[in-house]
Parts: sequence; C-alpha cells; structure tokens
Amino acid sequence: MRLWNGTLAGVVALGMASVATASLAQDVKIGVSIPAATHGWAGGLNWHAAEAKRRLEAQHENLEIVIAASGSAVEQANALEDLVSVQQIDALVILPFESDPLTDPVKQVKAAGVFITVVDRGLSETGIENIYVAGDNPGFGRSAGDYMVEKLGGEGKVVALRGIPTVIDDQRMNGFTAAIDGSGLELLGAEQANWNRDKAFEVMQDFLTRFQDIDAVWAADDDMALGALEAIRQANRQGEMFLVGGGGMKQIVKGVADGDETIPVTVLYPPAMIATAMDLTVARFFSNGPVEGTFNLSSPLITKENAEAFYFEDSPY
Amino acid sequence: MTLQGMKIDLKAVGPLAALIVLMVLGTAINDAFLSFGNLTNILTRSAFIGIIAVGATFVISSGGIDLSVGSMAAFIAGAMIIVMNLLLGVTDQLLVIVVCGVAFGAVLGLVAGWLNGILITRGGIEAFIVTLGTMGVYRSLVTYLADGGTLSLNFDVRSVYRPVYYDNLLGLPYPVLILALTAIVGYVVLNNTAYGRHVQSVGASEDVARYSAINTDRVKVIAFMIQGVCVALATIVYVPRLGSASSTTGLLWELEAIAAVIIGGTLLKGGYGRIGGTIAGALILTLIGNILNLTDAISNYLNGAVQGVIIIAAVLLQRGMGRQQG
Repeated sequence: MRLWNGTLAGVVALGMASVATASLAQDVKIGVSIPAATHGWAGGLNWHAAEAKRRLEAQHENLEIVIAASGSAVEQANALEDLVSVQQIDALVILPFESDPLTDPVKQVKAAGVFITVVDRGLSETGIENIYVAGDNPGFGRSAGDYMVEKLGGEGKVVALRGIPTVIDDQRMNGFTAAIDGSGLELLGAEQANWNRDKAFEVMQDFLTRFQDIDAVWAADDDMALGALEAIRQANRQGEMFLVGGGGMKQIVKGVADGDETIPVTVLYPPAMIATAMDLTVARFFSNGPVEGTFNLSSPLITKENAEAFYFEDSPY
Repeated sequence: MTLQGMKIDLKAVGPLAALIVLMVLGTAINDAFLSFGNLTNILTRSAFIGIIAVGATFVISSGGIDLSVGSMAAFIAGAMIIVMNLLLGVTDQLLVIVVCGVAFGAVLGLVAGWLNGILITRGGIEAFIVTLGTMGVYRSLVTYLADGGTLSLNFDVRSVYRPVYYDNLLGLPYPVLILALTAIVGYVVLNNTAYGRHVQSVGASEDVARYSAINTDRVKVIAFMIQGVCVALATIVYVPRLGSASSTTGLLWELEAIAAVIIGGTLLKGGYGRIGGTIAGALILTLIGNILNLTDAISNYLNGAVQGVIIIAAVLLQRGMGRQQG
C-alpha cells in the first residue's frame, strides 16, 4: 500500500509539474541528502536540516521528510539509490559532496521522475535540477579581501589560512586574491589548515615565527579563526593584527556583535541554506507560487550592526 | 656482547641523525627556525603525539597495534569538557572542577585501554580489528556528544586550566615537562623492570613467552592500559590549548603515533621497543610540518608527499645504519 501510494504521488507530481497548483491531497515525501557532520560547518548543516524537517512536517500534515547524511561522495551516491528505490521520494534536496562524481547519480534520480533541488555546489551539467540554491564561494573570499583592503587603506601585509584542498577552497582563495590584487596589500603566505581549529593553531604559530609584521589574517572558516586567535594570544600580538573569518559560527558572530576588536567581521556562508532549499522544495508541492529557477545566496559581511540576525543560540555551529 | 652493544648504539643514532638533518634544513630555510619561540613551539606541539607514542611503544613491542588512540583522545576530551561544564552547576570552586575533570579523563583512558585489551585477549580478536572497531565507536560518540559541532569548555573553568598548556617551569613549557617525565617513566618500565622484559618477549614470540610461565594475556591487557593512560595524559594537556573538542579532534593521531614509534626503531612486528627513538620520531614528524609551514618553496598540495618521503628516508637511515654494523 505504502509503495503504491508513493508511486501514485510520483506520477501525480510529474503530471502537475507545469501547473503547480495548491494543496495536493496526496502524501509528499522529500529526501534530503547532505554530507555527514565531519566538521563544524557540516554539523550546522545537519542541525538546520533537522530543524527545517521538524518545522515543515508540523506545518504540512501529509508531508514526510527523510534526511540521509553521507560520509563521502561514494556513500552519497549509494544514499541516492536508497532514497529512490526504498523511500520512493517525490523530491530530492541535495547538497553534493563534489560536483563531478554526483552529476550522473542525480541525473538517474531525475530519470525516475523525482523533482530535484540542488544546494550550494552546482552539478557539472546544467538543466538537471529544477531548483538551484547557489552559495557564492568566490564571493566568500572576495568579501573578506574587500574588507581588508578598505580597513587597511590599501597598504599592509596579510596571511591566509586555507581549507582542505578542494574546488571550493580554490574558488574562495581565488576570490580573495582577486580582491586584494593590485590594492597594495601583500599576501605573505597561504597555507592549508584543513578547516580545522588545531591545524590552524599550528599554522598560525608558524606564520608568527616566519613574519615579524602581519596586519591581517584571513581564516577561510570561523573554526580556523578561533585556532589562529589562540596562537596570536599566545604570542601576545593581539594588538598588531585583526582576523576575518568565514561561515557564521555562533561564537564568532556573538563576538562580532559584542564589538570584538581582533575579529571585527566575518563572512556569511550559512549552513542554514539547506533550510532555504527545503522550504522552496516544499513550496513546490504546497504553494500556488512558482519556485523553479536559480536562487543566488550572497556572502555578505557580518558586522557589528547586522550580527544579531545571523545568531542561532541552539545551533552547534 | 660488545659488538651487539655497539650495534644498538649506532642504531639509535639513526633517528637522531634524521633529526639533525632536518634541523640543519630548517635553519637553512628560515633564520627564525632556531629562535627560542619556534623551538618551544615544536617541542610543545610534539607533546601530544609523543606522549601517546610512548604508550604505543608498549603496545607495538608486545606485538599489538592500537588504531583507536586518536578517536579515544577526542572522546576523552569531549567527555572531560562535558563533565567540567556540568560540575559548574554543582560547585563554584574552579580548581576542584578542573581536578575532577582531569581525574575523570585519566579513569576514562584507563578503562578504554582495558576494554581494548580484554576484547583482544578474552575475545580472541586481532588487535587491528578490535581497535578499528573502537576507533569508529569513539569518533561517532564525540560527534554525537557535540551534536556534530564543537564542545567548548566554560570560559571561567578554562582560564584556571589554561596554564597547563601555556605556562612553563623555568622556561620549559608544562607539556614538554610532562612529555619528558612520561618518556623517562616509560623508558625505565620498558628496560629495567620484569614487566618491560615480558612485554618484549610476548612480542618476540607469544608461544615461547607462554611456555616460560609468562601470563601473556595479562601482559597484553596492561600494555593497552598503559596506552589508554598515555592517551588520557595527552588529552589532559590538549584540552586547555583550545578548550574545545569536535569530531576533527585527534584526527589521524593513531597513524602519527605509529609512525613515530617505527621511525624510532621499534619493530612493527613486536619484540623490541625503544622509547628514546619514539621521542625522536615524534619530534621528526612535528619538524616536518613546521619546516613546510616556514617555506613557500614546496606547493601546499605536496606536503603529504614530502612527509611520506621523509618518514621512509628516516626509517631507511635507521635500518641501514643498523645493518652496516651487523
């Protein structure tokens, strides 16, 4: 019966794709596929996904949301197969681990008649997804770079702590270097600290050994900013430089709101974007407004003035 | 006898020689390398892996292996932070809270090591499989406790605890002092006690050891308990550094500890352990990372390759020097 219902809902969803009328009587099942909580940001992602599931299921009686967290691109591809064959989903919300290896698996889900929403990283082929909620990775680096250029008045020495060597890390770094290029700011060094607080502590210690003058530090993740900050405190050089983080971790956002001098701003890259994508996907089934298309989320600066809006007390990130 | 003594002495020179080569390289790359600040950074940073590797020397000499140490460290760190934060609601004596947290961590390490040992001896399962299993268990537990995020120690508690990592005795940072004490105790136990000899005989040949009336199971369980205590000790020094624990805490520490032990001249198949070499091995691993951070000459993407080559070269150097004398 369950199986039959699911199939029916799928068929109906297909038939109605172009009409998008309000309140279908049938049950709707949405699968959410995201990376497992292997670092702070992904932890926030999982938390926001679970929050959105609770809220949306309470709002819509005949809605069911299944969240599947995977540890790698291969695991995620397996999870997609399960979501289609076992769970019989009507729509898929996916934050792909990596673009290339997941493009084909998502295409196959689409072929099974499932509505597709892609979050953050795009797929390698266009036209597969119905909704794309895009994060702005080059903008993530650019916002940080622009702020430094402005704050330092186009003159100064900066270092960068990068993430795990990936496409995302490259895009962010390129955005950052593009922003400070030709501004008079000198990039002394950039090292990988793997989005990890411990590694950032050590890399920052070595930057402090290597360079006598540092005016600003870009930590491409708030977790790393906290590690780097501890190293700067140990060397007693807080007064000499400021840090710019990224992501929107609650401790950092709180510090920014309280007017912290050492980390005056951070760049938003919200793990809550998964909730945006889930809301839009649900709206596809329960609202009379059209939702298909591309939604570009920007990576704005979180400053003392607007920090309050980005602070989530209960989130783990 | 003299010949053999000579051979062992020269073998010990291997890791030391690699250490000196790296120091010369570091000095050539950056003048700041030999600064007091950088040298204490290197020593302090080596403390975690060094302390854990002292325990690993016992496990590996006894013919075992422990893959769970990194996850165990993360789990103990997380549990300590939770306990200390909870105690804040019971008492406002911050020092008492820290002492309780430290004691809790030590007991947890002892129990975790005992559990590994019992599963291996009583359960009759290979150490590799048991500790592969517990590695996954502890890693998941800390992720679960932290809700996928980061566990942070209360700020007031941390300010009392912080000196354990950041302060020093006569210029020697506490973590370095603790590493030195652990190494000395480990050296004495491994080389100058009946238990130490038993560990190495069990590792050399379990059957022969059993026929010599050694309780091999007991020797193995105790080796894993020593490892557990060492992990706890490293964690006790680690927690005040950043005051937090997450799912990435202690990632790959097990491989670094094993590498330090092997670079130091302990045999991976058991039967022969060398604490001094282990410490040199831990220092070599930290030095590689430090030197790579001090230069732009090598692409970031190749850091792992450089580490791998140096580890293999260090072991070649050590084995080669031993063989020439044989």
